[in-house]
Amino acid sequence: MAYQLLKFALGGEYKEPRFFRDCQTPKKSYDAVIIGGGGHGLAAAYYLAKDHGITNVAVLEKGYIGGGNTGRNTTIVRSNYLTPDGVNFYDASVKLFEGLSTELDINLFYSNRGHFTLAHTESAMRTMRWRAEVNKHVGVESRVVGTDEIAKACPQMDLSCSGKAPIQGALYHEPGSIARHDAVAWGYARGADSMGVEIFQNTEVQSIDVKDGQVQGVHTSRGYISTGKVLSAVAGFTPRITEMVDLKTPIVIHPLQACVSEPMKPWLDTILVSGSLHVYVSQSSRGELVMGSSLDPYEVHSTRSTFDFVEGLTSHIVDMFPFLSNVKVVRQWAGMADITPDFAPIMGKTPIKGFYLDAGWGTWGFKATPISGKTMAYTMANDKAHDLIHSFRLSRFEEYELTGEKGAASVGH
Amino acid sequence: MKLLNCPMNGTRPLSEFLFGGEFREMPNPDTSSDLEWASYVHYRDNAPGVKKEWWYHSPSGTWFIAERNTLSDEVLATYLYGKAPDATKTTKPRAKKEQSE
Repeated sequence: MAYQLLKFALGGEYKEPRFFRDCQTPKKSYDAVIIGGGGHGLAAAYYLAKDHGITNVAVLEKGYIGGGNTGRNTTIVRSNYLTPDGVNFYDASVKLFEGLSTELDINLFYSNRGHFTLAHTESAMRTMRWRAEVNKHVGVESRVVGTDEIAKACPQMDLSCSGKAPIQGALYHEPGSIARHDAVAWGYARGADSMGVEIFQNTEVQSIDVKDGQVQGVHTSRGYISTGKVLSAVAGFTPRITEMVDLKTPIVIHPLQACVSEPMKPWLDTILVSGSLHVYVSQSSRGELVMGSSLDPYEVHSTRSTFDFVEGLTSHIVDMFPFLSNVKVVRQWAGMADITPDFAPIMGKTPIKGFYLDAGWGTWGFKATPISGKTMAYTMANDKAHDLIHSFRLSRFEEYELTGEKGAASVGH
Repeated sequence: MKLLNCPMNGTRPLSEFLFGGEFREMPNPDTSSDLEWASYVHYRDNAPGVKKEWWYHSPSGTWFIAERNTLSDEVLATYLYGKAPDATKTTKPRAKKEQSE
């Protein structure tokens, strides 16, 4: 070990291998073009190549891969949703996540922590019981627990929340986990690249060519690309892409903010969420507390962050953990969340032939990365929506068949 | 803190206001088809730009219209419904200009 280290130090060659090729000039035509090099877009490219043998694919990313909401979320993976469709979908994602480090040969730091959704009122307890029953019914491990079990799992917490909102119980979801989110994007990028997918960073889509209701190609900052299939997987930028093909959706963009504390020794094993206090918190493998809150209250298409957010969030964190009052916040940021009226995604085909949508991921997108990639790849390859995403179709709104996931999507909606 | 100009109460902190969504002309619910109604309720382009929006001043119960740039979060005008000012008289409230992308 010491010898190898010395040899490496004196060798003078410190080049790390690239994760994917540095593509600069796109070909004239591809079988499919994916707009957005975040987790979802790269996962779709990976499964298009792996599951369906479609490798002549370009991924176009305006910035750098994983620099959007893939790198801005609070990395929580769980499946304790409210509707059977939602639970089945996210459960399939959790199962893919569990084997993903091995499959992609990259350490995702996937860490199973257990997930407590705290209830401070009787009505919140009722929702927890409801979610627990739906979860059990489809075979997902969730149960309602009392304060004794919460105290045992997290003895540092003030169960009365400084007397303001005493905790009555919680929904405990054992599979709840956290992962290193940017590594998910890198892993999928490397996997897709090794099978022939080309990834273009700093490449902006300027317009999309549609003729007779069929996609013909995309104009990009690196020239025109002809293709019959385009997937939009751009989260908070979705309205700017759908505008190019004159497609109307119910998506509204709200910023979602998050922050991290300075690193500490490990003390918080579990993931804690409180709907009443509008917070979620976990401790990363680096020791930082990763904290998030509810959406900003009105539409803004930018990633600015505000003092109001840190002030509100930290006051609630201190209610739960008074001993954190001297701990410093070291970073804060925002992502653009594409919110839908029923707090479920919009996935699948659209009225424009060859234009596929993977959007409406609001505050719940990271945990769905593997399954959304897999199901969107299936949908693109077969031009037919995968069974798991049928209820997330865009046309559900005009068919008045909304899903009703609001009670479990996140906090404070 | 960001400020917003209520047409009835003057410039107030943003925390006193609630966002009511984009202003949209309502079709007649008795005569519109299911699809027209669904379009009114759900569909919009939502691309960033200057939008007409409903806002509500909570302490006084005042609903009013704000014209706001959703990219830069800059408020261009606020007025009561049906009382749009002339372009020349547009009031510019002291809304802090925030960093745009």
